Amino acid sequence: MLRVRGLEVRYGDRVALAGVDLTVDDGEIVSVLGPSGSGKSTLLRAIAGLEVPARGSVAWDGRDLAGIPPHHRHVGMMFQQHALFPHRDVLGNVVFGLRMQRTPPARAEQRAREMLDVVGLAGFEHRNVAELSGGEQQRVALARALAPAPRLLMLDEPLGSLDRPLRERLMIELRELFTGLGLTTVYVTHDHDEAFALADRVAVMRAGRIEQVGTPLEVWQRPATEFVARFLGYNLTEAFGDGRVGIRPDGVHVARAAAASGSGVGGVDGVVVARAFRRDHFLLRVKVADGDPLEIAVTGAPVPAVGDAVHLVADPDAVVRFDEGTPPPQLP
Amino acid sequence: MIVRPIRITRGSVTRAAMLAVPVAFLGVFFVYPVVSIIGRGLAPDGHLDLSPVADVFADAGLRKVLWFTLWQASVSTALTVVVALPGAYVLSRYDFPGKRVVRAALVVPFVLPTVVVGSAFLGLFGEGGPLSRLGLEQTATAIVIANMFFNYAVVVRVVSGLWSHLDPRQEESARVLGAGRGRAFLFVTLPALRPAIVAAASLTFLFTFTSFGVVLILGGPRYATLDVEIYRQTAQFLHLDTAAALSIVQLVAVIAMLVVAGRIERRHHQALQLRSAADVARRPRTRRERAVVGLTLAGTAAFLGAPLAVLIERSFHPDSGYGLGFYRALSELRRGSALFVSPLEAIRNSLVFASVATVLAIVVGGLAAFALASRRHEPGRRTRGLDALLLIPLGTSAVTIGFGFIIALDHPPVDLRASPWLVPIAQALVAAPFVAWVMLPVLRSIDPRLRDAAAVLGASPARTWREIDLPIVTRSLLVAAGFAFAISLGEFGATLFVARPDYPTLPVVIFRLLGLPGGLNFGAAMAASVILMLLTALAILAIERFRVGAIGEF
Repeated sequence: MLRVRGLEVRYGDRVALAGVDLTVDDGEIVSVLGPSGSGKSTLLRAIAGLEVPARGSVAWDGRDLAGIPPHHRHVGMMFQQHALFPHRDVLGNVVFGLRMQRTPPARAEQRAREMLDVVGLAGFEHRNVAELSGGEQQRVALARALAPAPRLLMLDEPLGSLDRPLRERLMIELRELFTGLGLTTVYVTHDHDEAFALADRVAVMRAGRIEQVGTPLEVWQRPATEFVARFLGYNLTEAFGDGRVGIRPDGVHVARAAAASGSGVGGVDGVVVARAFRRDHFLLRVKVADGDPLEIAVTGAPVPAVGDAVHLVADPDAVVRFDEGTPPPQLP
Repeated sequence: MIVRPIRITRGSVTRAAMLAVPVAFLGVFFVYPVVSIIGRGLAPDGHLDLSPVADVFADAGLRKVLWFTLWQASVSTALTVVVALPGAYVLSRYDFPGKRVVRAALVVPFVLPTVVVGSAFLGLFGEGGPLSRLGLEQTATAIVIANMFFNYAVVVRVVSGLWSHLDPRQEESARVLGAGRGRAFLFVTLPALRPAIVAAASLTFLFTFTSFGVVLILGGPRYATLDVEIYRQTAQFLHLDTAAALSIVQLVAVIAMLVVAGRIERRHHQALQLRSAADVARRPRTRRERAVVGLTLAGTAAFLGAPLAVLIERSFHPDSGYGLGFYRALSELRRGSALFVSPLEAIRNSLVFASVATVLAIVVGGLAAFALASRRHEPGRRTRGLDALLLIPLGTSAVTIGFGFIIALDHPPVDLRASPWLVPIAQALVAAPFVAWVMLPVLRSIDPRLRDAAAVLGASPARTWREIDLPIVTRSLLVAAGFAFAISLGEFGATLFVARPDYPTLPVVIFRLLGLPGGLNFGAAMAASVILMLLTALAILAIERFRVGAIGEF
């Protein structure tokens, strides 16, 4: 079990991590989600021992890892852009960690070939890594990280450079792989679809702190702070006359203004200023009298056109109120 | 402000140990001689006396030397940049059969020993040469042309080093936006190339400012650069104080140039979208493109090839028909008026000295590069300062180094007066900064995440160095060794001061032969130059073999 307590990392004057607490249970997949610069990569590097914390601790099964250098921590890490060794072929990359563990060469090679098989790259053993496609490089990096059987696997935006269809397929594959192997995993990403699809729990980071930890459903339905809500695509608005609230884009009923006028309690009138087709829904941008335009997802016909006057009624379940005065709830 | 305490780690101890060797070497063989020069120039009689330095600016003859040094460097630099741009364009944008050979051949002039180039142009412009009618012997024009010959490759390789990675889509998008071919070049490509052009021009100016061998051989008594004047004051007039004062002026000028060049480069530094050279270059398609490529290559070949062709031709051309007479003379000329040993023995000396110098330069320069590159967490002022320190010996003229050896190392505490090993030490001093300079960018370009990845996979720092840094760097180490060997082999400025008469190197013998009267001596100088040229070319060809897929300027 990984337990991070009050972790602080500074680069000179800049505070990259400002007191992070996080627990990852054995066999659990935790996604660390946040915009770029929020300290996600630094968190991974500090857990791996590549950064020296100014304060706080990283412990594995109750044992503090302070002072243990990266090469003795038995963690696996997949780097952004993969960091494959350009002077070694695919097999040479995958076998590297096993060689460092002094695994006998024949067994090491067998294990490396098995890992290549697991990631679907059997037959690529002697290819030059520079000649592989982005997806193939990603698989080599994964096989390389998995081969020494690390007790903790960490991935830093592993799907970042891949195109969308490939990413969506790999998200599912990775989750199957990690749960199948029973791996304890920390997965860093800035994409909430990716985080929700992969993780048992999601930790949302902002400016070196964790704002909220919870299951994907909890985080999606009950964002703890305005920042988390905005990051997940919620509308932040006071237009409904109920103070400042967050409203999920798919939680607003839209009707033609003429048909619904008078009947709406807590409803708001607005005008559609933009409309975009999004596979399974339309996304409308609706200008309201008070505050920023709202973004609203609409399924089913009829879809109002640009220029139409509309009446909006929010689904109470899709409305979130924030209490910024108290610290966000944190699960242990 | 939070100050991180300095941790004494094993890494920092290793780094200090690695840095100790180059620092000690530079301390004894560079800083100490330079300090001696400064002492000699500023305080010839033990107390401060600025009159030798003041005399440099007061004396009409020396003022002329200063002026000529600046003039020939400026003119040569401007002309070289203009003349070399088409070559850089063709090499970066087009693929053609034999491109690898052309690239390799192009470096040869730059690393050719100055005496070989001097001999070649003497053979071309001088008495009995095919262009003797132009009357260019002992003129400033001949010196400028020889300087251009040397630095053509510098400009082509530095500029095409960037140009071949510049995305042609930038120029294409300018064309789509309505810019003609000329305006697209002027407003898009040229500004993007500016850092490379500035870097190439600074290098060329520095090299030509410290031009020694070609000026000594081609300039005759009328023209002298600072370096030539330092040599004359030392060797002919024994005015060591004046030579020291000139060296101080030279040092100050070089340091000022390095500072200015560094400033300009930093200001022009820009983030560029670079692409692999293979994506950029393509076969010439239209007739016009083929003509551009063909004419540029032919012009380059004529400019760079003609002097060397004449040199080879004249070496095989004794008075009556063609033959090997001059080459035979190399073993026959011995213990003559000015030669203590036969040129053949000088070849052996040169090879031995250059080998020793290469080993020294690789150890000193390589360790310095590793130590400088491993300071990766603080890329600020201090790193830049150390890099600049490394550049000072690179920019300092070989003549200053040789002169410093003479006045500093011939008496205790460091008395090496009688030692023939002063020659390889001086050569290594010239070559070592170059080694560091070739290796440093390669070392710095290693993605630090590769080291992190190795560490996370269980490699200790020492293991990481062996598994990651060393294999990636080996190739550039071999390239650096080849250059160090070629530079040492042809080194002339410093060697001329420190080579003992009974252990001369080949360049020194060639210079002596050129100074002797008679067709046989001149012909033997041509023949010896051809041999020196071949040896250098072999070292360069060996380098090109190791340079597969490398991104670098040289």
